[in-house]
Amino acid sequence: MRIEIAGQNAFIVYFAEQTSAAVSAQIQAAVSSIHATMNDSIVDLVPSYASLLVIFDLDHSDHFAVRQKLRAALTDLDSVDAAAGELVTLPVYYSIESGPDLEIIAERGNISVDDVIEIHQQQEYRVYAIGFAPGFAYLGEVDERIAAPRLATPRQKVPRGAVAIADRQTAVYPAVSPGGWNLIGLCPARMFDPAADPSMPVKAGDRIRFSAISRDEFLAQGGEL
Amino acid sequence: MSGFIVKQPGLLSLLHDRGRYGAHNLGLTTGGPLDSLAFDWANRLMGNDINATCLEISFGGLNLEAETETSIVITGAQAPCKLNDEVIPLWQTLDIRRGDKLEVGFTSAGTRCYLAVRGGFDIAPSFGSSSTVLREKIGGINGDKLQAGDHLPCSGDKLVAHCRLTEKDQPVYGDSARLRVVLGYQQAAFGPLQQWRFFNSAYRLSERCDRMGFRLEGETVHSDIVGMLSEGICHGAIQIPADGQPIVLMNDRQTIGGYPKIGAVIPMDTARLAQLSPGARVNFEEISIEQAHNLHCLEQARFRRTPVQPC
Repeated sequence: MRIEIAGQNAFIVYFAEQTSAAVSAQIQAAVSSIHATMNDSIVDLVPSYASLLVIFDLDHSDHFAVRQKLRAALTDLDSVDAAAGELVTLPVYYSIESGPDLEIIAERGNISVDDVIEIHQQQEYRVYAIGFAPGFAYLGEVDERIAAPRLATPRQKVPRGAVAIADRQTAVYPAVSPGGWNLIGLCPARMFDPAADPSMPVKAGDRIRFSAISRDEFLAQGGEL
Repeated sequence: MSGFIVKQPGLLSLLHDRGRYGAHNLGLTTGGPLDSLAFDWANRLMGNDINATCLEISFGGLNLEAETETSIVITGAQAPCKLNDEVIPLWQTLDIRRGDKLEVGFTSAGTRCYLAVRGGFDIAPSFGSSSTVLREKIGGINGDKLQAGDHLPCSGDKLVAHCRLTEKDQPVYGDSARLRVVLGYQQAAFGPLQQWRFFNSAYRLSERCDRMGFRLEGETVHSDIVGMLSEGICHGAIQIPADGQPIVLMNDRQTIGGYPKIGAVIPMDTARLAQLSPGARVNFEEISIEQAHNLHCLEQARFRRTPVQPC
């Protein structure tokens, strides 16, 4: 583990060179430990794949104090259980209608569309990071058989709830936006709702499972086609 | 409801408090005033809470009509400002009557003006802040920049005693800036020659600048990094993508990103950068974290101890 300066009021902690479920669990444990011991001097935390950005309040603390407290908060994180994190299941209506890139992914992997849908549901994903847009959770890592590069030309408009794959990452688009990921289905759950509390159903470090629903169930749960 | 009606919104007028903190975990950025010093002065002159909501008027062009009595002050960039067609001074509080027409003309030196009203604009916070972030459609009025016909609510209180900041204490907005940088992030991946080039070259502010990032053009700088994992980005971070041209990441930056960074410009100096126009000359100077802290403390003391003049 390495603590580096990021800026005048920020440190970045590097946990590993590569991401993994164990690293992600360790970062989540660090977030909890920092919240528990340093909340008075911390402004924002940004967990990501293998790092944690720690932004502190320069009017109420300083570089030296924060570094010292950070070291203390980060000790004894090695024994964290890699299976930690809350399990959240997200419903998905997988179909050619709701997932226009299913066939392309199937062709790439030399498998059937049903296989793509099956493989996407077979495993748990980890929320490695939240960013890009409010509520956009980067989930990893998808099975290599359904990994697919970003589209050469991004779509102007990806619908809210679109379940998508880019390389070995998967995500649910929280709002209508342009996007270059491969679309495989639609999730009726709101990934970001400013009016709700909490405004996101998932947080960094959580474990996610996808579960297929029918067109009727999708519509009944508030989905729109 | 008392307040102002927007007659002409200007090019980019945004409601802001000091910014949205503690919401990076949802992917929400900070927002807040690009020139925090001019913003803080507006609230201090008005006797407001330090976090009161003001208008950030980029490049000018704003016309408002008052529906209430109140007091106002405009700070920041030089721009011809008029009240009912009479020129009014910046950095000085004054009273407004119902029906008054307030005009902020186009900026001539600097690019961002700040308009504070007594008590601040009354904007409901989202995620703890009124700051408008267009990309996220959050804050301000419906997450948008000002539009003609918008109503800007405020209390209708007036100042009892007026004041101004004397000219010698006002910031001077020129066409160049020296940006002080604390080395950090992937700085070790930028070799000594690359760092020397970075700190000893004059850059030119690109046309491609917005509230997310200010791009610079000049001597190219390269790191040894081929690919890296996305990571959290702090305010002022200097990202250098493969084309070797630095981008200073500002208030509306994405919270995570995967380009190498050499360090971060201190907030005092991003405030100066934000007042520059495309074509301005910029150079970087390395300072230690200790120097950065000292500068921050001195800046705070200067702000608190500079007296305002009654008028």
